[in-house]
Formats: sequence, C-alpha cells, structure tokens
Amino acid sequence: MVHFTPWASLAGGLALGLAAALLWLCNGRVAGVSGIAAGLLWPEEGDESWRACFVGGLVLGGVALAFRWHGATIDALPRSAGALVVGGLCVGVGSRLANGCTSGHGLCGLARLSPRSFAAVLSFMATGAVTVWAIRSLAGGAL
Amino acid sequence: MKVARHLLALGSGLLFAFGLGLGGMTQPTKIVGFLDVGGDWDPSLALVMAGGIVVLFVAHRVARRMGRPLLAPAFPVLARSGVDARLVGGAALFGVGWALAGFCPGPALVSLGGGVHQTLFFVPAMLSGMAIVRLLDARRRAPVADETGAPAPSAV
Repeated sequence: MVHFTPWASLAGGLALGLAAALLWLCNGRVAGVSGIAAGLLWPEEGDESWRACFVGGLVLGGVALAFRWHGATIDALPRSAGALVVGGLCVGVGSRLANGCTSGHGLCGLARLSPRSFAAVLSFMATGAVTVWAIRSLAGGAL
Repeated sequence: MKVARHLLALGSGLLFAFGLGLGGMTQPTKIVGFLDVGGDWDPSLALVMAGGIVVLFVAHRVARRMGRPLLAPAFPVLARSGVDARLVGGAALFGVGWALAGFCPGPALVSLGGGVHQTLFFVPAMLSGMAIVRLLDARRRAPVADETGAPAPSAV
C-alpha cells in the first residue's frame, strides 16, 4: 500500500472520463483506444482521419508528460524485448478478438452497463492477476 | 463540422493522455501493483476506473436526452449482449499481454510519445496482432459490432 495514490488516480480517472465523454457527446465515437488504433491500419471510410487526430493527441500528450514531469509519471518494467513483443501481440490480438480493451470495455462499456464489457473486464483482470502472480513466483518479477 | 470533429478528437486524445499520466496508468509498475492482488496490492487503478466510469455514466444519460451528437449526425448503436468465447477468450489473452508488458493500448501510445524505448518493441507487436485478427476476420467471419462504434472488423 506504500504506493497507493488515491487522489491523483481519482483525478486522472475523472480526466479520462471527461475526454471520453467529449468524444461521445460531440463526435458520437467511443474512446476505445484499441479500436481507434486498429481502424487506422485499414482506413476506408471518408472521415477516418479523426482516428489519427486522437492517436496523435495521445502521443503528443506523452511528449508533454515527459517534459512537464521529467518522466515522473512514466516508467517501465524489467522486461526483455521478447517479453514485450509477446505481450504486444497478446494485447493486439486479444483486444481485437474482444472488440475492446481497458478503455473501450473497462471505462466506456462498464459505464453503459454492457454485459459484454463486464465479461471482458472480469476475464482480463483475472488472467492479468494470474500472469503477474506467475511472473513474481516463477521468475522473480523480471522477464 | 469535419474540422471541428478532428480538433475535438485531438483535444480528447490530449486530455486522455493527461488523465492516463495523472492516474498512474503510464506506470507499468502501478499496473502490476494493481494486478498483484496476492502481493503488495496497489488499488490506485480501481480509482482511475471509478472516476472515469462516474463521468461516462452521466454522459450516457446526457446523450440519451440529446438524441444526436453535437458534431455528428447520429450516435452509433453498440453491442451489449452476446457474451461468447471470442469475447472472453480475447479478453483473457489481452490480460496476459497487459500483465506481461505492463502496457495496454492507450498508455503504450502515450509512453511512445514520452520516449519509453520499451514501446518500440511493444507498439509494433500490438499493431501486428491487430492486423493478424483483421486478416483472419476478412477471410472467414461475419461482421461483429465494435466497441468503438467503428465498422465491423471485416469492413474497417
């Protein structure tokens, strides 16, 4: 519990909710990052460039965070390139099979009380917890 | 209208990145701390979710009264029912990758901008995974409604 940051996390959540609410109420789009990013891979509709704007905002926001707080809000785990590639593949494949990720299901879907999103969140939280446990007990926390 | 939508998407992305950073989502050590329920558990991310869900819950009620979005012709109809093996299995695989690397898609893109070199491995792999599903779907699956309101995978 040493690292518990209740107020910053609650404030961050409110900001996320506001960002997603703006996208929904103004543009009629769900702020599901995996779906938005995946849509960029095969743009077909005429109005798909909004996806590039949203993803651009995320990346530029990362630049701003790194400068403003000198990396204090951004860190990384002790992971090999192989573990990162396997993790990335799992996240990419899994998010498209499930049609959503932590943002689309975990925030937007739960907020509209979607049974599909409840099922998805329970599933990824469960396997995430088991995976963290396995990495800690079998590999000492590093991979 | 189109320019306004694009500016709004950019602003939403920037605010989303700020929220992720402030909430601790761009710190994989906190992600693992949250998932480590049997160890030194850090419940912070539950508060990120709670904060976001409260705002979005209200927003959905507002949307129902509005009838249509401010800058677009109509709200898309999103799937609710249909919990199937593809959904649960896909989410299960997602959870493994999330815990393995400490990134989910949003924070990975933010950390890419923040200069975290690990994302140079993670993000291309993630996009490749998305492309693999797209290619397989184009071959054999009927369209499925998308959480993002985007066209179904076979028509994206």
